[in-house]
Amino acid sequence: MEGVCSTPKNPNRELNLLACGVMRSSIIAPQPEAGAVGKYVSRNDMVTAQAIRRVVLTQAKTANVGHIGSALSVAEIVAALFGGVLRLTPVGDPDRDRFVLSKGHAAMALYAALFLAGSLTEAQLASYCADGSLLGVHPEHTLPEVDFSTGSLGHGLPFGAGAALAARLQGSPRRVFVLLSDGECNEGSTWEAAMFAAHHRLSALVAIIDVNGQQAFGSTGEVLNLEPLAQRWQAFGWDTTEIDGHDELALKHTIENLDTAAAAPHVIVARTVFGKGVSFMERHLAWHYLPMSDEQYRQALSEIGETW
Amino acid sequence: MRRAFTAALLELAERDRRILLLTADLGFMVLEPFRDRFPERFFNVGVAEQNMVGMATGLAEAGFLPYTYSIAPFAVLRPHEFIRNGPILHRLPVRIVGVGGGFEYGPNGLSHFGLEDVSAMRTQPGITIVAPADRQQAREAILKTWQLPGPVYYRLGKGDRATVPGLDGRFELGRAETLGDGTQALIIAMGPIALEAVAAMEALAARGICCTTMIVSTLNPAPLEDLTRALSHFPVAVTVEAHYVAGGLGSLVCEAVAEGGLRCRVARCGVAVVPRGEIGSQDYLERLYGIGKDAVMETVVRALRLVA
Repeated sequence: MEGVCSTPKNPNRELNLLACGVMRSSIIAPQPEAGAVGKYVSRNDMVTAQAIRRVVLTQAKTANVGHIGSALSVAEIVAALFGGVLRLTPVGDPDRDRFVLSKGHAAMALYAALFLAGSLTEAQLASYCADGSLLGVHPEHTLPEVDFSTGSLGHGLPFGAGAALAARLQGSPRRVFVLLSDGECNEGSTWEAAMFAAHHRLSALVAIIDVNGQQAFGSTGEVLNLEPLAQRWQAFGWDTTEIDGHDELALKHTIENLDTAAAAPHVIVARTVFGKGVSFMERHLAWHYLPMSDEQYRQALSEIGETW
Repeated sequence: MRRAFTAALLELAERDRRILLLTADLGFMVLEPFRDRFPERFFNVGVAEQNMVGMATGLAEAGFLPYTYSIAPFAVLRPHEFIRNGPILHRLPVRIVGVGGGFEYGPNGLSHFGLEDVSAMRTQPGITIVAPADRQQAREAILKTWQLPGPVYYRLGKGDRATVPGLDGRFELGRAETLGDGTQALIIAMGPIALEAVAAMEALAARGICCTTMIVSTLNPAPLEDLTRALSHFPVAVTVEAHYVAGGLGSLVCEAVAEGGLRCRVARCGVAVVPRGEIGSQDYLERLYGIGKDAVMETVVRALRLVA
């Protein structure tokens, strides 16, 4: 089993995808036209929020697990990053951009993006949460495409601050993107790293906060008020942008126009909807936990719509 | 031992540009030589131990050899989870330096005592644990372990003056060092409290009780061969550690005896109760909590009586 899952990135991924065409089409386009598999070549423009949502739903349904709401709220953010923003040169290239999914419980969205970008095979994706798989509920660095294991909140920004400091010391152009949850801003370690990054003006560091308003046992407003979140980051010395986290073009535009030679780290406070795209999941805490019934899965997919 | 650390690290840093030194705002009158020689490789991260270890993980992932520095409980206990999810989980060469095990910060109170740092780290199979007995051994240990591929915890004594007579700085990873050749009881010590153990051995010899002292400076990998061989020749072993009795050297020796099927009786000199709030000098507290020379002697005599 491990052999299947730990197989390094297949450089010849088009063939691989053709071979997996039927299964793949069942995920992305449940009823593709005959011969349509030929379209499924991996390109950045395949990594769309809609495709990520479809893959996420299928992973969750196949493994019968939850954490769906968080994976849906980051779909546009992850699509923007993996759809052209991140310089994902081969694993091992020291100048490759680093991505830290600090909110590790949204790993399904990461796996979906890696799959759509051609970095994970159909077989790997299908192994999600299976015995011996390297694709767990939270991402593990044992998977070559994952730089940092996460899952315990509050670790990602310290990892990212170290990675950004390393880039500066090494004179590397690599950037570091850290995707945090809003609930994670409860963690003191997040603010320790925020202070360090601002003090040392780590402008290669970009934090994106998925402000979906839910945390594990309540809404962020009820549990521990974070607002005014953007002003708080600003007060900590970060170059702060507040944005609609479901506007993929705006996200891309914002990220691509960040001044990584500026004198401050960057944070994008991305306002999102928990469970975005599936009406019965939106803003419902239960979808932090619940798996879907067959009927719910069908409805969810139909609400997301077909990719092609 | 602290200054021996700085001196050894300076030597290594001259040879290896990957070496960085991070401190959580401690090291006054200790770390300045490194800071002044390598200002661009020295980071006072502020009073933020979790971020320090998280950042060290990010730095090590990019190829650096970061040393993190603080007082033992702050170095290990505060960021315990970061050590676990950072360098241990990612198998990265972060070096955690914790100063002042046991009661070395005597007047500062329990918050500053290192009484469970070794047991906390010993539960983690993925980190090397080095606890030198004096400054010469500390120097040797640092020079012999700096290239290890995984994380290391160095438990360093605060004092720089006292040396263990006869040890002469000997250190081999995973080995124990032996002093004396008595056959009646084996005294096994960890860290600078070995001075008390050796003093007890000498005082016992004057009373006609001939002991051997074994100094264990590597807790992981444990010197099991050396321990088992020695323990099999003695009816009685007394462990001495400036640490709680659970999980440290005493526990290690009991494990060696039990798993080796040996007939040796073990008595542990360690801190058995939560300090009650009295402060005092290191010597005072070591006497008060039963780990000084007199307590070691009494324990040896009592244990011998039990097996007689």
